[in-house]
Amino acid sequence: MGDTAKLLIELAIIVVLIAGIAQFRSPAGARRGNYTAALALALAIVFVLVENDVRSWAVIVPAFLVGAAAGWLVAVRVNMIQIPALVAFQHGAGGVAALLVSFVELTRTTADLTPIGTVSGYVGLIVGSATFAGSMIAAAKLANKIKQQPTVFKHHNAILLLIIAAGAGLTTGAILSGGALQSLLLLGLVVMSMILGVVFAIRIGGADMPVLISFLNATAGLAAAFVGVVIESTLLIAAGATVASSGSILTWVMCTGMNRSLLNVLIGQKKAKAGAAKAPVAKAPAATPAAADTPQSRALAALRAADSVIVVPGYGMAQAHAQFEVVRLANLLEKDGKQVRFAVHPVAGRMPGHMHVLLAEAEVEYEKLFEMKDINDDFASTDVVLVVGACDVVNSAAISTEGTPISGMPILKAHEAGAVIVCNLDEKPGYSGVENPLYEDPKAILLFGDAKGTLEGLVVGLEAGD
Amino acid sequence: MVVVFGASFGIGYALISKVPQRLHTPLMSMTNAISAVTILGALLLFAGEATGLELALGAVALLTAGFNLVGGFAVTARMLKMFKR
Repeated sequence: MGDTAKLLIELAIIVVLIAGIAQFRSPAGARRGNYTAALALALAIVFVLVENDVRSWAVIVPAFLVGAAAGWLVAVRVNMIQIPALVAFQHGAGGVAALLVSFVELTRTTADLTPIGTVSGYVGLIVGSATFAGSMIAAAKLANKIKQQPTVFKHHNAILLLIIAAGAGLTTGAILSGGALQSLLLLGLVVMSMILGVVFAIRIGGADMPVLISFLNATAGLAAAFVGVVIESTLLIAAGATVASSGSILTWVMCTGMNRSLLNVLIGQKKAKAGAAKAPVAKAPAATPAAADTPQSRALAALRAADSVIVVPGYGMAQAHAQFEVVRLANLLEKDGKQVRFAVHPVAGRMPGHMHVLLAEAEVEYEKLFEMKDINDDFASTDVVLVVGACDVVNSAAISTEGTPISGMPILKAHEAGAVIVCNLDEKPGYSGVENPLYEDPKAILLFGDAKGTLEGLVVGLEAGD
Repeated sequence: MVVVFGASFGIGYALISKVPQRLHTPLMSMTNAISAVTILGALLLFAGEATGLELALGAVALLTAGFNLVGGFAVTARMLKMFKR
């Protein structure tokens, strides 16, 4: 096959791939797009197999089948709360593949690499190794295997710089040497890059996980693109670059959602010490409650009287496994002719868009899921807001108070609604450590405790009142 | 090659900026599967002469890329089925 023909086929496959991504506008389009992209990769594999004299089928077929079967089994069994951990784990698997291909290409004697190819090989090796190790840490954090909160070492930045310097030394040594010594130095570089990934990822945690996972998405794509340069495959470069751009956009969206710079999330912890950034709270005169006036009865009365309700779910809802109760309550309210919508903050959940998937699993219709920018102006004209396991994303201190870690962060304006029912575990501040003035607001009805139980109580109460 | 990278990054950027936030998780999950395109590199390790060690490393690369590829597309498809009209 001539070079032109080869290039044309590669371009055609790239077009198919891009057509797949272009369909991500609606759920139905995305379903088609996913299959289209899968088709593009299948075509790419067939093309490479036809084009090259690939041998050792006895190794290739079982290796691929074992990986594919394991991937498929995990994919059909995983539940939606674990999706972020699975995606992080898969990023890691992609990283391993990139690092191994780079390693073999750099060391094999039959390889004939151009200078650019060699440099790309090193980058692919480093980025692949770091992505693998960073993703394993992220996956472990997301799956609750290690503590989710950031682990910050003493002199964390200095340690990072030291690791990078050691990596640079190993890279130089490996480029200048050859034979067994080179392999050894490359191995050292792999280990050093993995340590870099671990030290880098371990200090990011909690509500910053969506940034980390998006960032690793970008680096996994980048590693693939550099491997593409090594093996001189236009297809691989294009696919890797597309993924890298997607990961970059998601990283950026997550950072803006928290009003923080990427650098601030990745290497600078601007976190409030407990109580250090306390927002001044306007104490409302405590109303003397009547004997039967429990928060639950007030919540029920507010819900019965409401014509419009907005539900604000947060990660706490997922932790309490309360999404199905939320939906039961929402359906009940709708049956009474009330308008019920869901407002989702960009950084709710543990990866971009996670909350939407959790609600979709609980069978909330796509049209009822609203992004912040589309619904934020409607809070003022809404009767009741139901906050379930969310704190920072409805923390009005972000608007009203200067100098807290969340000041300037875009929030859902729940405080503008007629009444706010808060079903959170406790009154502790969210991940930011900033106290929520909403809790002191007289129109807030606080139902602290396990959200699942609280919501069941509301459902039973509403049904009994019919 | 720089042109290919730049053009793909640009086209990707233009398309992905338009994806609604509601679909960001499936989007990342699918692009994650696409990054398993390194499987092409893994397959090329089996083209031509290769030592035993190279074959072994190639096999591991195929296994992990296969996991990423099939698992990524499968879980994306499953997630997208849950989004009801």
